[in-house]
Amino acid sequence: MDLGQFILMRHELLLTIAALAILVAEIFTSEKNKSKLINFALVLFALVTFIGFIPGETGNLFGGSFQSSQLTVFMKNVLNLAVLIVFLQAEGWLRKPENADKISEYFILTLSTLIGMNFMISAGDFLIFYIGLETATIPIAGLAAFDKYKSQSAEAGIKLILSSALSSGILLFGLSMIYGATGSIYFADIANKVAPNALIALGFVFFVSGMGFKISLVPFHFWTADVYEGAPINVTSYLSVVSKGAAAFIFTIVLFTVFKNIVELWKPMIYTLAIATMTIGNLFAMRQNNIKRFLAFSSIAQAGFILLGILGAGELGMTAIVYFVLVYVFTNLGAFGVVAAIHNASGVETISGYNGLYQTNPKLSWLMTISLFSLAGIPPIAGFFGKFFLFTAAAGSGYYILVLIAVLNATISLYYYLLVIKAIFIEKNEQPIPEFRSSNSMRIALVMCITGVLVTGFASGIFEYIRSISKLFLN
Amino acid sequence: MNILTLLVLIPVLTMVAVLFTKDYKGARLASAIGMGIELIATVYLVLAYLAARKTGMMHEMLFTSDFMWYPSLNIHFAFGVDGIAVAMIGLTSIVIFAGIFASWELQFLTKEFFVSLILLVTAVYGFFISLDLFTMFLFYELALIPMYLLIGLWGTGPKEKSAMKLTLMLMAGSALIMVGILGLYYNSAPGGGPLTFNILEISKISIPVAAQRFFFPFAFVGFGILGALFPFHTWSPDGHASAPTAVSMLHAGVLMKLGGYGCFRVAMFLMPQAAQEMAWIFIILTTISVVYGAFSAIWQTDLKFINAYSSVSHCGLVIFALLMMNETAMDGAILQMISHGLMTALFFALIGMIYGRTHTRDIRQMGGLMKVIPFLAVVYMIAGFASLGLPGLSGFVAEMTVFVGSFQHQDMFHRVVTVIVASSIVITAVYILKVVGILLLGPLKDQHHAELTDAKWYEKLSTVTLVLAVAAIGIAPLWLSDTIVASLKPIVARLAMVIPF
Repeated sequence: MDLGQFILMRHELLLTIAALAILVAEIFTSEKNKSKLINFALVLFALVTFIGFIPGETGNLFGGSFQSSQLTVFMKNVLNLAVLIVFLQAEGWLRKPENADKISEYFILTLSTLIGMNFMISAGDFLIFYIGLETATIPIAGLAAFDKYKSQSAEAGIKLILSSALSSGILLFGLSMIYGATGSIYFADIANKVAPNALIALGFVFFVSGMGFKISLVPFHFWTADVYEGAPINVTSYLSVVSKGAAAFIFTIVLFTVFKNIVELWKPMIYTLAIATMTIGNLFAMRQNNIKRFLAFSSIAQAGFILLGILGAGELGMTAIVYFVLVYVFTNLGAFGVVAAIHNASGVETISGYNGLYQTNPKLSWLMTISLFSLAGIPPIAGFFGKFFLFTAAAGSGYYILVLIAVLNATISLYYYLLVIKAIFIEKNEQPIPEFRSSNSMRIALVMCITGVLVTGFASGIFEYIRSISKLFLN
Repeated sequence: MNILTLLVLIPVLTMVAVLFTKDYKGARLASAIGMGIELIATVYLVLAYLAARKTGMMHEMLFTSDFMWYPSLNIHFAFGVDGIAVAMIGLTSIVIFAGIFASWELQFLTKEFFVSLILLVTAVYGFFISLDLFTMFLFYELALIPMYLLIGLWGTGPKEKSAMKLTLMLMAGSALIMVGILGLYYNSAPGGGPLTFNILEISKISIPVAAQRFFFPFAFVGFGILGALFPFHTWSPDGHASAPTAVSMLHAGVLMKLGGYGCFRVAMFLMPQAAQEMAWIFIILTTISVVYGAFSAIWQTDLKFINAYSSVSHCGLVIFALLMMNETAMDGAILQMISHGLMTALFFALIGMIYGRTHTRDIRQMGGLMKVIPFLAVVYMIAGFASLGLPGLSGFVAEMTVFVGSFQHQDMFHRVVTVIVASSIVITAVYILKVVGILLLGPLKDQHHAELTDAKWYEKLSTVTLVLAVAAIGIAPLWLSDTIVASLKPIVARLAMVIPF
């Protein structure tokens, strides 16, 4: 094998180099100058993200264990972009005195999980897939417990690690059955040998259950709200957007490539999960007053919508999912960015605490409103297009009733998003959150989000590009 | 530049201009100038359309433009208008122009108010000129959202509850529409070939009957909810009563027409067979709408509720007439849309002006206003007369055409429902005359009202614009009716192809 071929792993390699560079920089930085690490890491990661977008070769490595295609590269770029926004949003929080001694840890942990996710996306067999999964999961528990002196945060870390361990076990159990039935761990082999028999069905159920934990599908979602609430807000946004987006990518890839021959077996399963996830996520979101828990349940409901794309098994479904995740990155990080900015400035975390926000912080109010409308799927912002294409994909497979249930769920979701908007604009408050100015990097991050939300839908080229690379990937 | 693109662009530019204004005076001035230019552009559109018709392009969509948007899904920005769309655009321009002046004194978050209001109107224009179901749906949903803020922020009474109810019910309607649209899309190429969202292209093929039967109720009820179809009308009285003046004007005057327009342009035109088969169900529902709305209006004491229930009745008549599916009745339906749009906007404007003076909308607390505010009182009477269908005003023309068209059906069912619906004229007369009597005539009930001042210049401008339009249609309905009928021909022909009348 030519060493030059390693360039196919450039995303993973770049991230590893970046993580190591931050580690080395940490060693050479004095205690006083620790905060300079933030700028270093930000610039470094911005560079990594930029390099990721340079077109390059595609192909396979290690006998097909590692696969790189235009679609997987695009997915990794989407995740990089999301992480860049998360880093920018975290800057102000990291500069706080209580975080001064663990700046590099934040970046290294985050980059480690990202490396794991990248390997999962490029996996060509279940070994790389599983190693990627573990690499992606374990550091997140560390991140969730980042505020180690806050019991809620520590609890979130424990909850996450326990539920992850359980889900990994279940998933591995399922994979072993699939191995038992097909005699291979290679995706290409399994895809040829997989057939709808009892062992495969059982293995598949365990596999879906394991993945269900990662994407927080109902009924595997129980950890989500507590962890989201307990973790520091910048970690929550990472969990909700990057981690979930990556899991959605991987789940889709595996279903569409490895298990494509047993579509009839998994479609009813996904159908049921979609209805349960959308509906329960929505019903619980309505009752929340803590904005992090609220966004947690909203993200559960959003995961239910992603399943509609999966049911549109095929090129359009794949396109719709990748596009939706891209839109979701901008949208949800926009919402989380505002929540983080407000939390960092005032400590407010409740929806009722947002009452009268428009009087003092009109720009943030509009940002939040646009993000929430995008989450609700209101035109002309990107969320509308994201949802519409998911629904179109599902309708293309004939699931009209499911589409109806989904759109009605979108209406229910509009109700609770409007509750936040109502708090911001309509509710009166004698002492609303005082006027404040966010840090520059937060402002850059929010501008990136809002630009993404406003532009992605209209620029049809993005959708068309994703469609063309999805076509290449699936054929 | 295409005149239709301009029609959408002017409001967008107006919004930008409003954003850059400094105080409420600047915001309202920018809005008024923008919507004034829009009105002029509309007049140009009408003249250009009439001129084009004279050259013989009777049945076609004119001023079309087509930009590919999402090639892989065959989604286009496809614009074009026929006589019906031109009429609806005319209605929209008049009502928003009047609406801006009816909100002249608003000083609470003025900039935000006008931007939301104009955003709403932009979406309405976009909806009426869309020939692509996707963009039509996009504009439809876009029109609903500013309503929430407009009612929730600037409304009165239980405004938050009303705004939420209205938004959610209409969004639920759009859920149904979406399923209908996707159904049409996936059945738009039964013989193979590319799928399309284009209304004109779908109208050239025949959607499989089974698909029509499945998807027609989704599309029709979805749009029907916005058209206040019984029993999905309950958002309407609450919403109208809580909305600020200009929003009530636009909502009842224009936005509800999106429902009726969608019913025939999307549901009936593209799925004629199912429309024929299921018409009887919706005829019964609309009959209930008309009579129930009118009866409910009698018992109300709040001026806005009276008008809101009256709107349920009048909009029910629109869908009722559409379902009669002949040229005359459908012509009546469109005339009724325009007539109702104008007179209800006039009513709401007047109610807003009266409320601004008396600080009450309860008719029991008012009386003898004719003596103190004669201008507003006379205009109120004109609106009332138009509403009860007095000859010479728009309501008469519209209702007559509807009933003549409906009575063309020979069978018992159609005749009976027509008679029942026609009885609403009497009920309407009851509540209109009752209100006029209590409100305007007799002795002054509240002595504080003796000091009220009559209409200011901007109020006169707002109301006179609407009165002129109402009277113009009433006196010379033929040019409008002709334009509508010419454009109705392909729709009626398609409906008649299925079962000849």
